Amino acid sequence: MGAFDFGVIERSLGYLFREGMTFTLTLTGLAAVGGIIFGTLLAMMRLSSHKWLSLPATGYVNLMRSIPLLLVIFWFYFLVPYIGAWILGSPRPIQVGAFASSLITFTMFEAAYYSEIMRAGIQSVSRGQVWAGYALGLDYWQTMAKVVLPQAFRNMIPILLTQTIILFQDTSLVYVLSITDFLGAASKIAQRDGRLVEMYLFAALVYFLVSFALSLLVKRLQAKIAIIR
Amino acid sequence: MNYNWNWKIFFEVSADGRHTWLTTLFIGLGWTLLTALCAGVIAFLLGSILGVMRTTPNKWAVRFGNAYVEFFRNIPLLVQLFLWFFVLPELLPKGIGNSIKQMTPPWASFVPAVLGLGLFTAARVSEQVRAGIQALSRGQGQAGTALGLTLPQRYRYVLLPMAYRIIMPPLTSETMNLIKNTSVALTIGLVELTAAARSMQEFTFQVFEAFTAATVIYVVVNLIVVNLMRWLEKSIAVPGFIGPAAVGGGAH
Repeated sequence: MGAFDFGVIERSLGYLFREGMTFTLTLTGLAAVGGIIFGTLLAMMRLSSHKWLSLPATGYVNLMRSIPLLLVIFWFYFLVPYIGAWILGSPRPIQVGAFASSLITFTMFEAAYYSEIMRAGIQSVSRGQVWAGYALGLDYWQTMAKVVLPQAFRNMIPILLTQTIILFQDTSLVYVLSITDFLGAASKIAQRDGRLVEMYLFAALVYFLVSFALSLLVKRLQAKIAIIR
Repeated sequence: MNYNWNWKIFFEVSADGRHTWLTTLFIGLGWTLLTALCAGVIAFLLGSILGVMRTTPNKWAVRFGNAYVEFFRNIPLLVQLFLWFFVLPELLPKGIGNSIKQMTPPWASFVPAVLGLGLFTAARVSEQVRAGIQALSRGQGQAGTALGLTLPQRYRYVLLPMAYRIIMPPLTSETMNLIKNTSVALTIGLVELTAAARSMQEFTFQVFEAFTAATVIYVVVNLIVVNLMRWLEKSIAVPGFIGPAAVGGGAH
């Protein structure tokens, strides 16, 4: 039991946070923004009265929600080079960096989950407001942008943030592509120095502190929003 | 583009030299379902106990339940599995730790995977159970007290039977989450469905056939589970109370 060396953590702090945590947080932030934008569009498509808009969106969301994230990560890792080649008209699969590949994966995957939240948000705005918008002569996009979506976002902020905390934890799965995110960095040090116990305990502690602090913030925000309404 | 499709690959002999790739995928599915089933039993039992604890009048029981949920919800599942697989054997006394490490291949990954997934999912189940109990009107518990039931009897005969019926829909999605989450166990060496598809991709280079097959299998499993749970929900519904039986009216 006395053979543990927790000094290894201190010695690798720079690498862990400058390389690993930066990657994790950038990926989380960008994928959250991309996912919310794409997810909102998906939600609007699902709520559309045109079958050719709502059916593909429903199919996409249900498909994404019924397969594991790891399988989606593998799918996109191999698919993105082919799609890129198809778009650019290149005869060969193009090279896509680790960051771009995982950003596309998480944006596309989380969009399915964000779209379910935004759908509930849009439906939480009463129909009368939409009709009022149309009565004022606004078109669909104006009604959405000026009347419905601002309220939908505000009602759903706590749930969107909770989903983003889940996204933050999910990004650890890029480990399977040997990418140096926070967990990847910890695991590289762990294997180089043979310090699995120390590094994985430390990684768990850091993930816990970040997620726990964020979830406390969300709770406070929720209480605040609940009072205003 | 120069991708060579070859759907016949599923009937070629796989890397183990005995089964076809199709059989390999289904063996993977078997491990996925077995892991999910074992973890599900742990999650359901432990989650129910924790959920009940968090609704009792005992302050320390509530605190313990809350702490458990915060702990298991705020660490990524992957890291939790690493803790069970890499860290736990080192922290236990040498003899026990070594015997854990020396388990034969599928079990050395299977046991930590079941434990990790079970305890992780228990936190989520306990949230549902607590919400289900709290969704019941206070009068139900009070009626139980008025009838002279003890606290355990109140839970057993009054609160839990209704609470479980209320939380069937969220429990259905937790079941599906659990099945999907078993894929994370591939990182500690469990060859479940996603890992089987991955090894097929690595050996045959037929990337898209392998992942398409895995995707189709997951979707089919999902549909089966959803329908099974819906059937269960219907068959245990109390006539005239919440649930599908009440919606139709005249079901009884």
